[in-house]
Amino acid sequence: MIYNIPFIAVAALILIGLYTVIFKRNLIKIVIGITLIESGVNLFLITLGFRKDSVAPIFTSNPDVSQTMSLPVPQALTLTSIVIGVAVLALMLSFIVYIYRHYKTLDVRKVVGGDDE
Amino acid sequence: MNDIISFISAHLPAFVVAVPLLGAFLTPLVSRIGDKSRNIFAIIITGLTSIFALLLANDVFTNGIRTYVFGGDYATGQTMVRILFEIDAMNAFMLIIAAILPFAAIVYSWGFMKEQTGLDKYYTLILLMTAGMLGMMMTGDMFNFFVFLEITSIASAALIAFWTNKGNAVAAAFKYIVISSIGALFVLFAIALYYGQYNALNMAVIADSIPVEMGFVDKIALVLLLAALAMKAAIAPMHMWLADAYGRAPSSVTVVLIGTTLASLYAGFRVIFTIHGNQLEQALNSWTIFGYEFSISLANMVGILLVALAVLSIFIGVFMALKQVDLKKMIAYTAVAEIGYMLLAVGAAIAVMGGDLEATAGYTALKGGIFHILNDALDIGLLFLVAGAVYYTAKQTSINKLGGLARNMKYTTVFFLIGLFAVSGLPPMNGFASKLMIYESTFQINPILSIVAILCSILLLAVFVKVFYSVFLGPKLPKFATAKEVPISMLIAMGIIACIIIFIGLFPDIVLQNVVTPAANALNDASSYIAAITGGI
Repeated sequence: MIYNIPFIAVAALILIGLYTVIFKRNLIKIVIGITLIESGVNLFLITLGFRKDSVAPIFTSNPDVSQTMSLPVPQALTLTSIVIGVAVLALMLSFIVYIYRHYKTLDVRKVVGGDDE
Repeated sequence: MNDIISFISAHLPAFVVAVPLLGAFLTPLVSRIGDKSRNIFAIIITGLTSIFALLLANDVFTNGIRTYVFGGDYATGQTMVRILFEIDAMNAFMLIIAAILPFAAIVYSWGFMKEQTGLDKYYTLILLMTAGMLGMMMTGDMFNFFVFLEITSIASAALIAFWTNKGNAVAAAFKYIVISSIGALFVLFAIALYYGQYNALNMAVIADSIPVEMGFVDKIALVLLLAALAMKAAIAPMHMWLADAYGRAPSSVTVVLIGTTLASLYAGFRVIFTIHGNQLEQALNSWTIFGYEFSISLANMVGILLVALAVLSIFIGVFMALKQVDLKKMIAYTAVAEIGYMLLAVGAAIAVMGGDLEATAGYTALKGGIFHILNDALDIGLLFLVAGAVYYTAKQTSINKLGGLARNMKYTTVFFLIGLFAVSGLPPMNGFASKLMIYESTFQINPILSIVAILCSILLLAVFVKVFYSVFLGPKLPKFATAKEVPISMLIAMGIIACIIIFIGLFPDIVLQNVVTPAANALNDASSYIAAITGGI
């Protein structure tokens, strides 16, 4: 059971994130929802690489072969995904700054619609 | 000299992505010298990329599947843990599209974007987007695909919002980035599911490891991947971002955006045909009703779903296009309909899959669908370039306020007519060749599908005839009395695409036999794609 807790957390994070993106009207909250989904996916990746009683996958000069190591590949993937996530987050927030300057609101219902001809 | 040529041909797949990537980050430096040198530099970089991509495509069409493993020499059996590019005929087919569109876009930008500021960033981003798109089309590694997908979506979102003085453009970009980042995250989730199951990220190795009887996790991964990629490929009912993004972005950006959308569509086909190719004909469920046994295979299921979404896309695209008053948004909805046509044909081919595909109408449908990917990219691309030219001259794209432009812009009018005929599937343009194949084959599979396809094609013609009349014909409007033809670089870009459209329209057999048929065979033949990676072990 204790090893399933990360997976439950993954499901919870992704579902809360999806709920936020779909039902919240505030642009910042939508961005928060996306970062929640992202955290869920990252947590899932990192959990996949974990092995019971394992140590960090670093080869030292005196490797102790009796210990299992957790998988390094998911950690590399997660790191890449986090970096990409930061870029997307920064871009989305900068869009929100521009949207706020134009529409003076963060409510999606007031942003969408209207042609600027 | 021979050394250089053999070096380049040995590392072609790396060059195709590396050249635009390097060019992107050199552009800000080069633009210090001057605007003209920056424009020439960007044209050289995209020209070089296109040449490399076409050389690679040619190499694949003559010599078969090409794999390129990054990271120096490798022993046999290690390929599965390396990042690699794998290019078969289907990828090569997509590379042809990716070779044409960005080049035309960059040439077009010279005139179109001349009066804008911040152009060094513009060129950097458009080259990055090209690099990401090419990577998506060539990679053989799932995680690498995710990275390229994100590169493409970040660059394209920034470009959609290029005109930040317009609130609509930024809102469209925000919509796009929300959709594409959620889509990409679910792609990553599916990749993680595959990794957890099969301990591999390589598409061929995953495809090889999935058992014929699909497990529950495989089904979830398939559904997530298809849904996310359909979202990125703007298939109804997930098309709502496309009209805004295509309509609000500068026209030169839109042309490259078409390429990225089609790259996502290609990835969806790759997931269905290659990764889950072995399970397609496997029965998912079977019932016995009144002594008759009914069974439904994965291929039936996916095919019927795709066909339903395709019909929905065609209808929504065409009917929304009919009521638009903005020229660019109207063409964007047409693009939704055109994506529906491709999906209709390929979905129909999947639905009837089973046994020898080449003997059935599904084979023609598959070829028609793949052929239509190329034709749609060219037709919609040309129409967007024409819409950009109209915007450049008239400073607006609202159909109600435009009129009589044919008197001042005769070349643009001719290009619009070519695009009009091509997109509505009239001979002798390229759209006719592929749409006829789609009509023919879907009629054999289910007549209702071809009725829908033909009806909506006629409606598309109606849409564009209306636009042609109200934008280009009619009396000369006083406010456009001084309107001039667009700069020569924009005409060249439109001319390149128009020439290819007419060439394909006049000689469809050449393209069909040399390019489309190998691509259809490659897509249908998952085992050789897999064997190219795992065969040596």
